[in-house]
Amino acid sequence: MRIVVLVKEVPDTYGDRTLSLETGLAERGTSDNVVDEIGARALEVALAYAEAHDGTEVHVLTVGPEAAAASIRKCLAMGAHAATHVVDDGLVGADLGLTAEVLAAALGRVGFDLVITGNQSTDGMGGVLPAMLAELLDVPNVTNLDAVTIGESEVSGTRASDDAMVQVTAPLPAVLSVTEALPDPRFPNFKGIMAAKKKPLDVLSLADLGIDADDLSASRSIMLAIGARPPRSAGVKITDEGDAGVKLAAFLAQNHLI
Amino acid sequence: MQRDIYDEDHAAFREVVKEFIKRYVTPEKAKQWDEDGEVDRETMKAAAEHGIVGLSVPEEFGGAGMLMDYRFRSVVNEEVIASGIGSALAGAFGIQDDLAVPYLAHFGTDAQKQKWLPKMATAEVLGALAMTEPGTGSDLRAVKTTARKVDGGYIVNGAKTFISSGKTADIVVTFVKTGEGNRPDAFSLIIVENGMEGFDHGKKLHKMGFPGHDTAELSFTDVFVPDENLIGGEPGRGFLQLMMNLPLERLSIGAVAAAVAEAAVTWTLDYTKSREAFGQPIVDFQNTRFRLAEMATTVDVMWAFVDRAMDLYRKGKLSADEAAKVKFWCTEREWEILDQGVQLHGGYGYILEYPIARAFVDARVHRIYGGTNEVMREIVARSVTGRK
Repeated sequence: MRIVVLVKEVPDTYGDRTLSLETGLAERGTSDNVVDEIGARALEVALAYAEAHDGTEVHVLTVGPEAAAASIRKCLAMGAHAATHVVDDGLVGADLGLTAEVLAAALGRVGFDLVITGNQSTDGMGGVLPAMLAELLDVPNVTNLDAVTIGESEVSGTRASDDAMVQVTAPLPAVLSVTEALPDPRFPNFKGIMAAKKKPLDVLSLADLGIDADDLSASRSIMLAIGARPPRSAGVKITDEGDAGVKLAAFLAQNHLI
Repeated sequence: MQRDIYDEDHAAFREVVKEFIKRYVTPEKAKQWDEDGEVDRETMKAAAEHGIVGLSVPEEFGGAGMLMDYRFRSVVNEEVIASGIGSALAGAFGIQDDLAVPYLAHFGTDAQKQKWLPKMATAEVLGALAMTEPGTGSDLRAVKTTARKVDGGYIVNGAKTFISSGKTADIVVTFVKTGEGNRPDAFSLIIVENGMEGFDHGKKLHKMGFPGHDTAELSFTDVFVPDENLIGGEPGRGFLQLMMNLPLERLSIGAVAAAVAEAAVTWTLDYTKSREAFGQPIVDFQNTRFRLAEMATTVDVMWAFVDRAMDLYRKGKLSADEAAKVKFWCTEREWEILDQGVQLHGGYGYILEYPIARAFVDARVHRIYGGTNEVMREIVARSVTGRK
């Protein structure tokens, strides 16, 4: 079985993250870049399955700038068997739609029985990529799973919503996305780092995938303007003269909170 | 100042060490180590699984094969020490990789290497090196622990003290007298195993600092040690064997000193930025600023020296004399920086909850062990003047 895991290199979730006020893009210099934790959890699911099932190949796929190679190497060091990295200047500022198209094309090229991805990145936080991918690849999607069971020809899991726990199943090939509820990922060791250097790492461009980033015949999201968040203003203070409740209700209504 | 000795492999490994610390080195655990006077075996084994300890075991025996390249070890020191709660762990790693493994890897017979090294790579076996005795430190050739030849082995009698990892070690590479007189060929290194009859550990030593570091007294009463435990198989090689590992031992102490000094500057910066007096953060007072400038500059110079020494070591060109310079100079700069750091922390610098206070008491021994700084000066002087 070949499992392709999608990973993303993001600014350190717990570090200082800023957007450039000129380009609207994440500033990559202000903090360290890391493998988005949700992607590492997705990889852990794949690696745990591979350990228990001989003949499973775990392939890591990422779309990102050249520097993302360090994150890919980390995934290889964790135990992935091979990796594909799509790098292209044309992808700077790519929206979800373009990213999904690129990933789908790369997945088609790599070949897969199962795609595992995080449900939502910590920087973009779109949360729709897995569903878009499944649509483009014409396979079922089982998204936002808190628990996963991978079988030889199907995948199943549990999805939690506010009111219910839903059991879902889909035949392979399929796209699966996991939530933070999945187990903590392993981290590499020295031997893994050294072994990673010998593992296959394919670098692809948009041309290799036959995609034109400037083709606007498909719907795209574009950024029109960006502005700094206004500084926090002091809160409103109410003195209770027996009418605090009324004033509070008025405040909530004014701010469309009720 | 930028250090340029590391490549992307070291960067990737640094992340591994950081993650290990995040998951395995908690304040509670560090406190436990301090109380127990040792690091627990589970943590050592987990570290070994990640290749964090066992770096100097040759690849063919399951290690990383980094005996002749200190850079990965330095990355471990830097990150563990920077955590502020890893002093005991750094100590335990150092004894295994810088003191115990090298003797087996360099001088062990094939049988000895095969028997011990694979288990030292996994921390299933921890080693220690025992030279110092209650009556003998710097004057090493005056040791009184003897190993008398008998049929099939040796009978060991004597005592050692201040032995790092002495209690937790499964094997103790022990410096013994196997011959008459005090010429180099009168001494050998022999492996005494924990559990051998007559081999005992003494009472726990209450040190000024470094509480989580296992430091033990050892006693040997008619301990029978088989021939196969004599390092290298031939008696009379102990002195030369010790001499050959001196560059690494001295380099390792210098490298730790630099890592501690760097961490001390970071802690002091953080403190002085947040502490206010007379209406401003104390980092804005000229004295504080000038001291920090001096400390930061000294740290850069320390690293320049240590990095250069690591480079020479990797090329097989670091002599014991040069390493002696690194050892005494860096430990003294470390001391000055720690002292200044404590002062800039004010009263809190005296409180053990603060990493600067712990580092201060832990570091006092750096100028003493690994060869006192006085002995280091004598060694350098001999080399420089060409005169005994």
